[in-house]
Amino acid sequence: MKDGDHKDGKAKDAEIHPTPMLDQLEDGPWPSFVTGLKRLRDAKGEQYAPMMNDLMGQLNHSYENRKGYWKGGVVSVFGYGGGIIPRYSEVADKFPESKEFHTLRVMPPPGFHYTTEILRKLCDVWEEHGSGLIALHGQSGDIMLQGCTTENTQAAFDAINEMGFDLGGAGPALRTAMSCVGAARCEHSCYDEGKAHRQIINAFLDEMHRPSLPYKFKFKFSGCGNDCVNAIHRADFAVIGTWRDDIKINQEKVKEHIADVGRKYTIDTVVNMCPTRAISLHDDDTMEIDNASCVRCMHCINVMTKALSPGDDKGVSVMIGGKRSLKVGDMMGIMVKPFIKLETQEDFDELEEFAETCIEFFADNALEHERVGETIDRIGLPAFLEAVGVEADPNMVNHPRTSSYVRTDDFDDEAAKWFERKARDAGMTVAGE
Amino acid sequence: MSNEKAATPRPADEVGVPDHHQYMHPVLEKNHGNWAYHDRPRAGVLRHVSKSGDEIFTVRAGTQRQMDVFTIRKLCDIGDEFADGHIRFTTRSNIEFMMSDEAKVQPLIDKLGEEGFPVGGTGASVSMISHTQGWLHCDIPGTDASGVVKGLMDMLHEEFIQEKMPNRVRITTSCCQINCGGQGDIAVNVQYTKPPKINHDLVANVCERPAVVARCPVAAIRPAMVDGKPTLEIDEKKCVCCGACYPPCPPMQINGDDSTKIAIWVGGKHSNARSKPTFHKLAVANLPNNAPHWPEVNAVVKRIIKAYKKDAKHWERMGEWIERIGWNRFFEMTELAFTKHHLDTWTGARKSMNQSAHIHF
Repeated sequence: MKDGDHKDGKAKDAEIHPTPMLDQLEDGPWPSFVTGLKRLRDAKGEQYAPMMNDLMGQLNHSYENRKGYWKGGVVSVFGYGGGIIPRYSEVADKFPESKEFHTLRVMPPPGFHYTTEILRKLCDVWEEHGSGLIALHGQSGDIMLQGCTTENTQAAFDAINEMGFDLGGAGPALRTAMSCVGAARCEHSCYDEGKAHRQIINAFLDEMHRPSLPYKFKFKFSGCGNDCVNAIHRADFAVIGTWRDDIKINQEKVKEHIADVGRKYTIDTVVNMCPTRAISLHDDDTMEIDNASCVRCMHCINVMTKALSPGDDKGVSVMIGGKRSLKVGDMMGIMVKPFIKLETQEDFDELEEFAETCIEFFADNALEHERVGETIDRIGLPAFLEAVGVEADPNMVNHPRTSSYVRTDDFDDEAAKWFERKARDAGMTVAGE
Repeated sequence: MSNEKAATPRPADEVGVPDHHQYMHPVLEKNHGNWAYHDRPRAGVLRHVSKSGDEIFTVRAGTQRQMDVFTIRKLCDIGDEFADGHIRFTTRSNIEFMMSDEAKVQPLIDKLGEEGFPVGGTGASVSMISHTQGWLHCDIPGTDASGVVKGLMDMLHEEFIQEKMPNRVRITTSCCQINCGGQGDIAVNVQYTKPPKINHDLVANVCERPAVVARCPVAAIRPAMVDGKPTLEIDEKKCVCCGACYPPCPPMQINGDDSTKIAIWVGGKHSNARSKPTFHKLAVANLPNNAPHWPEVNAVVKRIIKAYKKDAKHWERMGEWIERIGWNRFFEMTELAFTKHHLDTWTGARKSMNQSAHIHF
C-alpha cells in the first residue's frame, strides 16, 4: 500500500518534510496510516496538502523527541459549547500550516451503519473544509473529523449538519453514545439497541451541546451480556440486554452439535464452563438448563448458536458508574436496575425517564470533575438508590455487607417494605396473567 | 471568521443521533430483530440466518482507523461492487461488508487482499487493537497510538486472519495512564516514571491552581511561592507519577524523553460470558517507549500471546487462563519478573491479595 502511484501529484521535493521515522511504518501487512497521510500530503492542488505536509513534519518530530506538541483551547460553532476538540501546535514556528488542527466529533448512526453514498459525501465535505483525515471511530464512538482550522470549523459543521449529522460531546457534558450491531444482525439481541440509543441521547441533546454537567456522562447500549460496546467498563449508564424467562433449547440442534464436535468437547466447553453449574447433559445427548440458577452470561449461547438462544421475555439491565482511570482508578458499573422490560413505547419512555432521573441526580450532586460512579462511592449506594427511586435488590451485590459498622434500628421497617414489595410483585404477576 | 459571516450565523439543526435505518443494508432492515442463528464459514466471514430464511454473509476486514479520504473511497468502491452500497464498522474499527449472495464472498475476499485490507478479526482471533490518539492529535500523550498499533498488528497479522487462539484476544493501547484505550486481554499503556517537571514561570498564568490541587489522586500537590510568583509544588515522595495534573496544567510536564515508559497489563475482559467482567492486571512495567517500532513491547506481547495460545483451553480468555494456572506459572511461562510493584497499594488493594492457603507450585 505504498504511495508509488501518487508520485506525480507530489509537491516539490524541497517543500516536503523528511519523515524518516514515519517512513518505517509503511511496510508490513497491516494497512498503514502513514501511507494514508502521505496520500493527503501529496494530493496536488488540494487545500489540505500543505497542512498535511506540516502535520507529518510535526508527527515525525514527535517520534524523534518522544513528545506530543498539541495544546487545547476553546473553539466552538454557533449555538454550541462543545463538540470540537481544539488543537493548537506548540511547534507552529516549524510547522505553520498545521498550527490549528481541530477535531470535529460527529455522532455516528447507531450500530455504525453507513451507505457508501453518505460516507462519500462526508469525505467530500472533509476535503473541502478539513484535512481529509477521518477516524472511524473514536473510543466514545464518534466519527472524528481530524484537522480543521478555526476559520473553517463553522463551514465544516454547517455542511455535515445539512447532511443530517450533529456534533457529539466534549468536556463536562453528555457524551456521544455507542451501540452494538444488535437487532440489525445478531440473534443475541434482547432489545432494539438503536431505538434506545437514539431516543435517550436525542432527549438530552441540550446537555451535550451546551456543557453544564459536573463532568462527562456516557451512555452505551449492548444487546446482551457479551457487551460488545464495552458498556460496563466505559459507560456511566450502561444498558445491557437480558431476558427473564428460560433459555430456548432446540434439542435436535443440541444433538447435531454434539455429533459434530464430540461429547467430551461439549462437556468441557459448555457444561463445565457454565459459571453457575446450571447445565446438565443427559445420556441421550439432550440438554437441561436450571434457568433459576442461570445468570444470562451468554457463554453456552455463544458456543451453541443454533441450539440455544435467549428467551422471549426480553429487556435490559442498567448498570451505573463505569469509567476509566482518572482520578480514583478504573471502575465498572454497578447493577442498579436488574430488569426493565423494553418492548413497547411506554417501556422505552420508562428507560428515558430513569436516565433523566440519573442525569439530574448527577447534575445536582456530583462534585466538579467527579464521575457518577465516584459520587456513588462517596455517598454510598443506598443514598444513590433513594435519590433515584430504586429499591435495594440482591442482584446489586456479590454478597451482602461483611462490616457490622452500620446502624440498623429501622431494619424491621425496611424488611416490611421488602415483604410488601414481594407481595405486590407476586400480585401483579397474577393480575397480569 | 469575518464579521460579515458572524453577522449571519446559521443556527444549528440539532438533529442528534442520525437514524441508522436509512443506512442499513436492506436484508438487515428486513430482518431487524428476527435473526435465528449464525456461524462462521471461515475466519473473517460470518453467516447470519434469519427466522424468515434469509441469509446474510458478512466479510470483516481490518483498517488503520485513522483513514484518509482516498482509503475511505476505496472501501466505498468495494462496498458498491460487492455489498449493495452498504457497509458498517465494528467497535474495534474493522469494516464489514454484507451481502446475501454467497458467490460474492470469495471475490470480495480476493479484492480486499489485493487492496491490502486483511480479512479476519472474527471468533478466536486477535482482533484490531482499540486505541487512542497519541502524538497525532492528543494534548497529553506519552507515546503514539497509531504507530504502536501498526507495529503490533503487523506482528499479529497471522493471528488476525485465522481463528487459532483459545478464545478471542482483545488488545488495547493507551498513551497515558488515564487509559482511554480501555481494558484488554492485553493492554499496552504508557506508564510515567518521574514526577512532573514544573515551569514555575507559567503556572500562575496558565493553571487554575485549586483545580489542579484537587485533581491529584494522592494529594501531593500544594500551592507554593517560587521567586515571588504563585505556583504549585509537588511532594515527590507522595507523587505516583500518574500525570493527572498535566491536562489542567501543561506547565507540569509529565512527559520525558527517557522517563515515559510503557507497561503491559493482562487479563481484562468486557464480556460477561462465563466469568464476570474484569480489569487488566500489571504484567511488566518500564519498557522503553521506542518509536517507531517499539520492539521491546512487541517482544513481550508476542511472548504472552504465545504462552496463552499454547496453554489455554478453548474458550478461556487470557484472564481466565491465568486464574486457572496461577500467576506464578504465568510469570514463568512468559519469562517476566514478579516484583513488589505487582502488589497493589491502591484503595481496595487487600481484595487483590490471596487471603487463603490456596497456592500454586
